[in-house]
Amino acid sequence: MATQVVMPKLSPTMEEGQISRWLKKEGDAVAMGEPLAEIDTDKATMEMQALTNGVLRKILIREGESAPLGQPIAIVGDADEDIASLLAEATSEAKTPSGQSQPALAPKSEPEPAAAPTPQPTDTRSNGRDDAATERLIVSPLAARMAAEAGLDLRSLSGSGPGGRIVKRDIEAAMKQEAPATPTASAGARRPAAAPTPVSAYRDEPISEMLRTIAKRLVTSLGPVPHFFLTAEIEMDRAAEMRKNINALDPELKVSINDVIIKVAAAALMEHPQVNASFQEKIVRYYEQADIGVAVAIEEGLITPIVRGANHKSLGAIAAEVRDLAERARQKKLRPEEYMGASFSISNLGMFGIDEFTAVINPPEGAILAVGAMTPKPVVRDDQIVARQMMRVTMSCDHRVIDGATGARFLQTFKRILENPLYLIV
Amino acid sequence: MAVITIREALNQALKEEMLRDDSIFLMGEEVGAYQGAYKVTKGLLDQFGEKRVIDTPITELGFAGLGVGAAMAGLRPVIEFMTFNFSILAADQIINSAAKMLYMSGGQYKIPIVYRGPGGSAFQVSSQHSQAMESWYAYFPGLKVVMPSTAADAKGLLKSAIRDDDPVIFIEQERMYGMKGEVPDDDDFLVPLGVADIKREGKDATIVARSLMVPAALKAAEILESDGVSCEVIDPRTIRPLDIQTIVESVKKTSRLVVAEESHPFCGVAAEISVQVMERAFDYLDAPIKRVSGADAPMPYAKNLENLAIPTADQIAAAVREVAYLD
Repeated sequence: MATQVVMPKLSPTMEEGQISRWLKKEGDAVAMGEPLAEIDTDKATMEMQALTNGVLRKILIREGESAPLGQPIAIVGDADEDIASLLAEATSEAKTPSGQSQPALAPKSEPEPAAAPTPQPTDTRSNGRDDAATERLIVSPLAARMAAEAGLDLRSLSGSGPGGRIVKRDIEAAMKQEAPATPTASAGARRPAAAPTPVSAYRDEPISEMLRTIAKRLVTSLGPVPHFFLTAEIEMDRAAEMRKNINALDPELKVSINDVIIKVAAAALMEHPQVNASFQEKIVRYYEQADIGVAVAIEEGLITPIVRGANHKSLGAIAAEVRDLAERARQKKLRPEEYMGASFSISNLGMFGIDEFTAVINPPEGAILAVGAMTPKPVVRDDQIVARQMMRVTMSCDHRVIDGATGARFLQTFKRILENPLYLIV
Repeated sequence: MAVITIREALNQALKEEMLRDDSIFLMGEEVGAYQGAYKVTKGLLDQFGEKRVIDTPITELGFAGLGVGAAMAGLRPVIEFMTFNFSILAADQIINSAAKMLYMSGGQYKIPIVYRGPGGSAFQVSSQHSQAMESWYAYFPGLKVVMPSTAADAKGLLKSAIRDDDPVIFIEQERMYGMKGEVPDDDDFLVPLGVADIKREGKDATIVARSLMVPAALKAAEILESDGVSCEVIDPRTIRPLDIQTIVESVKKTSRLVVAEESHPFCGVAAEISVQVMERAFDYLDAPIKRVSGADAPMPYAKNLENLAIPTADQIAAAVREVAYLD
């Protein structure tokens, strides 16, 4: 049966999408799961997959044109099926693209060559995650509630009900699968860089009345997230030397100081789980692994791709992953799960020569670490004035989750490890 | 316990209540000398005499209204409609007088009246004589609506209806008068109004059915059991007040609901049950609620078309398979 393909929601904040490129022509056969088009959202260029088998009968929104969520953009059906009524329905639903006086079918005079679309590496993992991320989730009320209670990400499931509806049995199957697969966090276990690290597991703890009141009062005193700031100055000579030595082993590694900072922050978070947490109104969520968001400046602004499970990863793996994420962030090729849901963030403006600054927390994360430039400074060591590479970091904390002393202890650990990175391996 | 027909159970209920309370009288077309078009009032004229078993002319509006007046004066009338199709003529007295009197008299006049008779489809009596009227009467505040599906329920519910101080619409099913069932030998056997009955326990899907659809739903449950699907069959018995709690509890257990009814679907009782379940148990539903209703068309006369217009056990079973995602 012929069906309309509608503009899917490809990012949590997307309201409309622009067809960057059709990957199929009218008359081409399409198989379920096959890429149909590339769509520019507010955040990235995403592939949209076909949700049914059939033939791409009609393209309703051409390359370069935009459509709001849910608007039909194409019709897929059998080769010889009559699609007249579906077509009439689709065109009556379609609103004229805003700000375009030309009829929708008039081709744009010059289709933008738009940075020769590099075909997104086809994901051969068959976990259904990508399919699910590109369509509206259809889920029964019961399944939605069960998934919420079990902390399951509905986007990671594929539904077995009509039209792909996620139903009770899908949740039960997923829970069965998850139960034995809970990773036993063997600290320092090296993981192959290629394997994707899942979103951190967590435990939720109810918020006490006292904490609720404190949270409310703090908010009324300073913005929606009650920030406070802790600054420390860190001697970086040993960390810098370690980085140099590592890179000498293999020039391909290209470990940066920021990668070292990510690794050290992850290690410190494991020692201070109270900091690896977020305030969620009725609960405080404590994450089991360090999913560290790394602020990356891009042309349109700022995005924080996430190094998941940084506590499990080697410096080399972190360096490679950060490079890949940053590159794809600049190309707007990140998938939502790659930039949403960090447990802690790091923002580094050292390369701009900034000595120190305060960063704004990315809610609902509990803290963000603002890293300044590493500069040689005179310091007193053993009653002598000597030059040392010093770096100032300022942690912004959400006071509803992290107290002053808690944050200070975390920063103390962070400083201790960074000043003597051998702690990473003891 | 005796095994008797629904017809006999209703007759027993009338007789026992009339013996117990001499303010009760029967009135309607052919209830006396002819002993009822469906013989529900058999033997009652002989036993209680013309003062308490009154044959009327073909004047539904008139005797429905006489009943309201008698009730206001302190009697407890049981008014028979030969079928509920004819109650359409009496609707003004039922809806505007019986249902409203307690309210509009500021509580001075209670109306302990029962309007009873067969409703729903019969056998090839065509469009005007095959109508399920329950959603009409259940719509109005002030009326209670009762629909039994077994001999025991028929007896126990009719006795409760007669003892109730509010007007009760008591809809029997013409096709079911001959169905037999066990009935307790107890002159005070009562089935309370407003309490649903779980006719069969199950865990995978809930079927709510009333009147003629109860045996169909039980048969569907049997068909499904051989496929390993366990159905809970709930008979609300009283349409208003509706025991939604029992239905909601069941849906919370099974997560799936099929509502079967003989009546037309539009603005029907199944629609009301569906929305109430949605309001109270939305987060428990694993599938959209499914209705199985009679055809949305006047009842055909032709036998083959009539059969197609009334829901069957197979259709109910198919609906359950759909909400259980089995096909």
